[in-house]
Amino acid sequence: MTGTNHLPSQASTHPSAQPLLQVKNLKKYFPIQKGFFRHVLGNVRAVDDVSFFIHEGETLALVGESGCGKTTTSRCILRALTPTSGQMLFGTPDATRVDLAKLTRQELRPLRPQMQLIFQDPYSSLNPRMTLFDIVGEPLLVNGMTNRRERVERVAELLRLVGLRPEFMQRYPHAFSGGQRQRIGIARALALHPRLVVADEPISALDVSVQAQILNLMLDLQKRMNLTYLFVAHNLSVVKHISARVAVMYVGKIVETAETTELFALPKHPYTAALLAAVPVPDPRVKTGSVELKGEVPSPANPPSGCYFHPRCEFAVDVCRREAPAYRERSPGHFVACHRADELKLPGIA
Amino acid sequence: MNHATPLLSVHNLQVQFFMDEGIVQAVDGVSFDVFPRQVFGIVGESGCGKSVTMKAILQILEPPGRIVKGEILLNRNGSTIDLAKLNPNGKEMRDIRGAQIALIPQEPMSSFSPVHTVGDQIIEAIRLHQPVHARAARQIALEMFRDVGIPMPEQRLDEYAWQLSGGLRQRAMIAMALSCHPRLLIADEPTTAIDVTTQAQILRLLRKLQEEHHTAIIFITHDLGVIAQMADYVQVMYLGLVMEEGPVDAIFHAPKHPYTQALLRSIPSVHSTPRVNLPTISGSIPHPFNRPSGCPFHPRCPQFIAGKCDKHIPPLRSVGGVQAAACVLYHDVEVPR
Ligand SMILES: Nc1ncnc2c1ncn2[C@@H]1O[C@H](COP(=O)(O)OP(=O)(O)O)[C@@H](O)[C@H]1O
Ligand SMILES: Nc1ncnc2c1ncn2[C@@H]1O[C@H](COP(=O)(O)OP(=O)(O)O)[C@@H](O)[C@H]1O
Ligand code: SF4
Ligand code: SF4
Ligand SMILES: [Mg+2]
Ligand SMILES: [Mg+2]
Repeated sequence: MTGTNHLPSQASTHPSAQPLLQVKNLKKYFPIQKGFFRHVLGNVRAVDDVSFFIHEGETLALVGESGCGKTTTSRCILRALTPTSGQMLFGTPDATRVDLAKLTRQELRPLRPQMQLIFQDPYSSLNPRMTLFDIVGEPLLVNGMTNRRERVERVAELLRLVGLRPEFMQRYPHAFSGGQRQRIGIARALALHPRLVVADEPISALDVSVQAQILNLMLDLQKRMNLTYLFVAHNLSVVKHISARVAVMYVGKIVETAETTELFALPKHPYTAALLAAVPVPDPRVKTGSVELKGEVPSPANPPSGCYFHPRCEFAVDVCRREAPAYRERSPGHFVACHRADELKLPGIA
Repeated sequence: MNHATPLLSVHNLQVQFFMDEGIVQAVDGVSFDVFPRQVFGIVGESGCGKSVTMKAILQILEPPGRIVKGEILLNRNGSTIDLAKLNPNGKEMRDIRGAQIALIPQEPMSSFSPVHTVGDQIIEAIRLHQPVHARAARQIALEMFRDVGIPMPEQRLDEYAWQLSGGLRQRAMIAMALSCHPRLLIADEPTTAIDVTTQAQILRLLRKLQEEHHTAIIFITHDLGVIAQMADYVQVMYLGLVMEEGPVDAIFHAPKHPYTQALLRSIPSVHSTPRVNLPTISGSIPHPFNRPSGCPFHPRCPQFIAGKCDKHIPPLRSVGGVQAAACVLYHDVEVPR
């Protein structure tokens, strides 16, 4: 039974009490401007008060439909974007914590190698004019490994690590399939021994028959290198496989977080339950899609009142239209933002 | 179940693209029958020839693509015509397109013109095939919009495709496709660019419309979950060839072809056990200029038999009852090729 275990099962093998990353009340608003004088008409609340943590060696999946703010959250953590407000506490190896949100570019520089990104699209994310050696070796060079022989050795090691032959080092990306390119991207991301790896939909652009290879590779690498993953996905089926915990986002907010098996078996937020019910199951004897979630995801520039999900929620009551539900821990490790979380019995997937 | 005559019968269809670098064998001898009221599913990974097969049926292949062999027999009022023999730009083919066979493409954005309202485009499509005035055509379009569940249909008719959300745009496309009451609807990955909850709405809508209008559907996808939920009968394609076909239940519960078996084992699913490695298929899909000899799946097949699988393309043959597979494990091949 997982629900009684306060620490997420996977993280409990890592006794360090403090999470590697703790995000608190993160907000990222994009101003909507108009006209010559760039009057601000309002804000796109792409990330709107998001909190979560990830323990070292753990995988947290961030799931939600397109436009819910997954990429914006990831980009804030990597400080490709500066958050509007909030904290992002990152544990450095000497056990002090720094707030990534507050650091200047200068202060961020020594931390950058510790946080790396795996891209969604392995086709556009690799420079077609660079060889594998250049692509994977670049971060090494930038970080001071000027000796070419040394670099060749390290690149070879990295290529072997991700299941590519070192002999391919002088080839260009176009000679490789999508799955192989994703391996190249992973090798590059791992070049500097990162601690946190943000993978933004890393398999959604891949062929079905190679998706499992990349997921397995990510699992293996995590075990070998004690990597911490923030795994972004729009697809719950992928997430079941790789993550220890899952956070579900809807219109810029996290509506539910729980340990993976618990979230799938006992969802407490109606949106999570709807997402689960919408996944077409590859078994014709199991008919899915019988409960229909009506309507569409609202725009984060103009979200509904109260609970953002209320216009689509079959359980909505008056208070849902008036008040935003608090995001609270309902059972150990299970956080939900729904006024009726404790009374609803929602169907899950065993 | 289907003693009826097929609505569409494709025989040994071959489509090639004649490129400077060489010939791409996009579809390499595909045959199938689609019966009235059936949802005929075609599943396969990108590049296996699903869209090209559909474009060949509709005669909308872009050059340098050409049908080099095969028949595409459409049954119309008891007589059959071979679409492969028709002039792609002739009147007969234009009449068939839209009125007899309609297409719902993957990305409706590129199928709607950005400079005309969606209403005008549907009205034009209706008037192309039906002798009605503009007012009556608008009325039909409005009803179609209601049918496919577009809120505020009157207002939406006067909007442009880019003003609609992805889900609404796909609904508008479905409305357009059904506006001339085609007997066969081709849905080519109609939900691939759409989120899961919207996908569930669109799939549900298609199923409802199919029951109401008794339209036959060729449903194409790379998503095994979607095909399991939508199709009655399934054909599994790989590199321009059919690997296996049969009723949906047989394909998912008693797959015979090593490719189908491996694919079903490897897909991540909401039922998989967390954090346990999935069985994988080794390697990747070969480049079209690098087609393996013999069985196209042989470089990745765990049951590959050297000297056999790489020598001949195994033909698609019955493997008991209604199911068929193209694999030497079931049929020894003597025919050299
Ligand atoms: N630079 C930007 N300017 C304005 N709006 C943006 C910008 N980037 C993202 N958004 C908006 O923020 C929301 C969240 O986007 P994103 O984080 O990309 O979502 P996801 O990755 O979950 O699909 C969307 O409504 C998107 O349109
Ligand atoms: N316009 C084109 N020019 C050259 N090759 C093409 C063209 N369209 C498709 N092909 C090739 O035909 C094969 C089948 O493509 P397609 O039917 O689009 O695959 P899918 O199953 O993904 O729909 C692929 O190998 C593709 O490269
Ligand atoms: S707070 Fe109300 S509207 Fe929101 S998810 Fe819960 S029940 Fe539904
Ligand atoms: S013909 Fe041979 S290589 Fe092809 S699927 Fe059958 S056993 Fe595998
Ligand atoms: Mg994104
Ligand atoms: Mg296609």
